[in-house]
Amino acid sequence: MLSSLSAHMPVLQVIVLLIAAPLCALFGNRHLAWTIAFIAALAAFVISTFLLGSVLDGSVISYHLGGWAPPWGIEYRIDAANAFVLFIVSLIGVLVLPYARQSIEREFEASTHTYFYTCYLLCLTGLLGVAATGDAFNVFVFLEISSLATYALVAFGAKRDKRALTAAYNYLIMGTIGATFFVIGIGFLYMVTGTLNMADLAVRLAEVGDTRVTRVAFVFILVGMGLKLAMFPLHLWLPNAYSYAPSAITAFLAATATKVALYVLLRFTFTVFQFDFPVQELTFEYVVMPLALVAMFAASIAAVFQKDVKRLLAYSSVAQVGYMLLGVALLTEAGLTAGIIHLFNHAVTKGALFLAVGCFVYQIGSSRLGDLKGIGKTMPWTTAALTAGGLSLIGVPLTVGFISKWYLIQASLETGSLWIAGLIVASSLIAVVYVWRIVEVAYLEPAPEGRKAKEAPLSMILPTYALVAASLYFGINSELTSSAASQAAKALYSATDLAVPPMQLTPSDPPSEGAVQ
Amino acid sequence: MWDEMTVEFFVNHYNYWMTVILMMIGLYVVVSRGNLVKKIVGLNLFQTSVFMLYISMAKILGGTAPILTDNPNEVYSNPLPHVLILTAIVVGVATTALGLALIIRIRESFDTIEEDEIFDIEQQMAKTSHPHAETPNKC
Repeated sequence: MLSSLSAHMPVLQVIVLLIAAPLCALFGNRHLAWTIAFIAALAAFVISTFLLGSVLDGSVISYHLGGWAPPWGIEYRIDAANAFVLFIVSLIGVLVLPYARQSIEREFEASTHTYFYTCYLLCLTGLLGVAATGDAFNVFVFLEISSLATYALVAFGAKRDKRALTAAYNYLIMGTIGATFFVIGIGFLYMVTGTLNMADLAVRLAEVGDTRVTRVAFVFILVGMGLKLAMFPLHLWLPNAYSYAPSAITAFLAATATKVALYVLLRFTFTVFQFDFPVQELTFEYVVMPLALVAMFAASIAAVFQKDVKRLLAYSSVAQVGYMLLGVALLTEAGLTAGIIHLFNHAVTKGALFLAVGCFVYQIGSSRLGDLKGIGKTMPWTTAALTAGGLSLIGVPLTVGFISKWYLIQASLETGSLWIAGLIVASSLIAVVYVWRIVEVAYLEPAPEGRKAKEAPLSMILPTYALVAASLYFGINSELTSSAASQAAKALYSATDLAVPPMQLTPSDPPSEGAVQ
Repeated sequence: MWDEMTVEFFVNHYNYWMTVILMMIGLYVVVSRGNLVKKIVGLNLFQTSVFMLYISMAKILGGTAPILTDNPNEVYSNPLPHVLILTAIVVGVATTALGLALIIRIRESFDTIEEDEIFDIEQQMAKTSHPHAETPNKC
């Protein structure tokens, strides 16, 4: 039984969530809905941990949906790169749920909680699906499943602040334009190759070579994903969406949605297009890299002047996406590794930060700096978590932020560009300013008279501290993340290396240990 | 590059020209109109142009529907892009529905669906020091 189930693992983590999502809405009881959501998310997390464990040695799992062999059928192809992303997303997905249960109590009516869990699970389904699939059009479908759920989730914040509605609307417009650009890109690729399977696309694109169609396809995919991952000039939806969404959703989105979009961009850049195209190299060198550098400074400086902590952290997210893109745009394996490490580290750090801010919102109903005066005395644990996350954003040693910056600077020095390393350090100094603004207000300013705020409930503190602990643990012992990230970088570079035949996991073609059924 | 641009080139690719024109109209409407419903209309035009792109690239002149017949030399159109677009249409419908639902909620809380008026209201909200004051802490 178990062995036959384990053969279906790549698709199970998506299916379980997809089935659980409507169940949450059908049962109509919010406690039952939460239990279903939590069990489903936990199952997805266990599966993705298992998958990560089995591909870390560099092997590839190929799952054929419905038994149709690729490139005709849809293939789910798990290698170190997407197993790593699946692990991060499902980890955050399961951690945020207990937190969400408590925090949404004060954010909107109990009668809509079941729909909240439905949307949450659909969003998680989409994100995991995007990461797991090896089919280009399937990426679009799952991307839209997660995006549509995200728009609805952002709009849930309308009870607290009606600007959540316009934020969700603007996100919908920009997200749909991004997704449609992505589809146009895939359409062009299909025109010249006649296939949608990513591994097959890579082989055939190498035969087609550098034509105008492939160039246009690449640029459409880059811009489309740039919108989804908030690449600097395309980030306008992000600050509002993050500021007005429910606290739990802000943390969930900040830690997962942009990361998955970045993964898609990496997958297409390194696996599908494989760098044989000079236009790609030039785009990264002369467009993506400068934009990443501008993002690091412009978004950080914008963060300094924000009056709301959620908004401040949202701008900081745009800057952090800049660091990831910078690593990728170095176009070396070390740079790609640095980008992927930062993808994980930033997910953990920003998740912890937004969860901590959510505790403030829960207790005092606001995340504005002016309302957080002296909060360090009344809510010491939450403020300590916020400070620890802030230190990681700056890149202080013993936090994951330091590991990211270390790898980034090393990768940039390796390519001989000392000035990039200098800019990374300089932009980190701006992070010191905006983190200090929060710390100063929270610890050094006197608390207003008559505030009765207590520490947030344990069910919110614990997930926050789980992520804080992760950000400290992986900051001290970076063995696991760095080996997983370098393995992922290798997988992205060599995913279509057909000399290594993928491990077959279809029911019709079971692996040797799964043969006993 | 330019010597390819003959009249024949334009005529032979007229479906793509239509796609491009429709796409640009759609994008322009999304960007230029202040009315939220009109933006959704523009978005629909934009998406429809992509449907056209997919459908026309799969069409083979003189080809029929891809149904197995006794004639092995039957010329048929490529069904795959058509199926993809069925999926994309569903996604488009869902997006439109969600967008319109959001517009209804926006109309209820802002009393307008004009972008610049909403922007003014939001600016006003940002200026007043406590936007959350009306929802006090219930503990």
